Amino acid sequence: MCTMIVEKVKIEGSGKGGADWFTLQQANVSYDHPFNAPYEHALNIDFVNEAQGLSARVAVELSESAARELVRTILSVLDQAEAGGLIDPLVLSQRENR
Amino acid sequence: MYTTDMYEGVLAETITMTGANGDLINAYLARPLGKGSFPAMVLAHHMPGWDQWYREATFKFAQHGYVTISPNLYFRTGHGTPEDVAVKVRADGGIADAQVVDDLAGAMEHVHALPYVNGKVGIFGTCSGGRHAYLAACQNSKFDAVIDCWGGRVVMTPDQLTDKFPVSPLEYTKDLSCPILGLFGEEDSSPPPEQVKQHEEELKKHGKNYEFHMYPNAGHGFFYYDRPNYRQEQSVDGWKKIFAFLEKHLA
Repeated sequence: MCTMIVEKVKIEGSGKGGADWFTLQQANVSYDHPFNAPYEHALNIDFVNEAQGLSARVAVELSESAARELVRTILSVLDQAEAGGLIDPLVLSQRENR
Repeated sequence: MYTTDMYEGVLAETITMTGANGDLINAYLARPLGKGSFPAMVLAHHMPGWDQWYREATFKFAQHGYVTISPNLYFRTGHGTPEDVAVKVRADGGIADAQVVDDLAGAMEHVHALPYVNGKVGIFGTCSGGRHAYLAACQNSKFDAVIDCWGGRVVMTPDQLTDKFPVSPLEYTKDLSCPILGLFGEEDSSPPPEQVKQHEEELKKHGKNYEFHMYPNAGHGFFYYDRPNYRQEQSVDGWKKIFAFLEKHLA
């Protein structure tokens, strides 16, 4: 809110919150004051399912460099999976058509 | 000054008050016991929400002799831990300035009407609350003093203006009718020192009664004892300046 740098993205998957696993519906990505990480600003991601209430949330607060490294790592792992033929061809064709 | 032979009592509780659009919202109210009347304070909470630090700050002002109210500016977002509510507000792009200003005006009217209040009401805020306190004070002449602690985005560029934030708070400076105390850190990036300077120049241009302090070796939120940015020396001095300022303008 202090920076107002925030974006929402619809996602599919599961997240483990305080009590149990829940279905993820959305990720809120911001660069703003963190609640816990020892930085003035952090890359904050809240994986949420608003339909299940405000506590259905998995939160991470990352340094800028950690966030960039995480993005690179996720893409690298997905590239390896794709190269290994592990990603459903239907998913790949849907991606091509976007 | 407090001495050990004094009686001291504070009553602090959650109450309901009327906010923007006539909505009932909750608020934390703390008031000194004993013989009044007392001046009052409205506290505009920061971006992390209506949290423990703000309840403690509300109590602190009351302990220093001020009937103090801290409205839950995130009330309409729903209820949960302060952090869960605040991240939802963050994801939704914050609360509209008009709503916040009216909630703070409602809080001011609430304490103003209390029989043990002396008729003087100040407003205090940190972080986004500092900005909100400034907006509220500029748009409501019934505030008698305003304290802006490191409020970011008081100076906004045209590309930052949206439906929720349609006017840069700086534009309202000409309308400010009460004295302002500003506390800032040299190492802050929101607001950066150059924006604080710009704000100060605007206050000077319009002949306002202002007192700005820029602390060296301090960044954003240097009062927050539970965060790495806490600065003991600057924080102690800042609180002294706050209570001296209020004694001068609300007594």
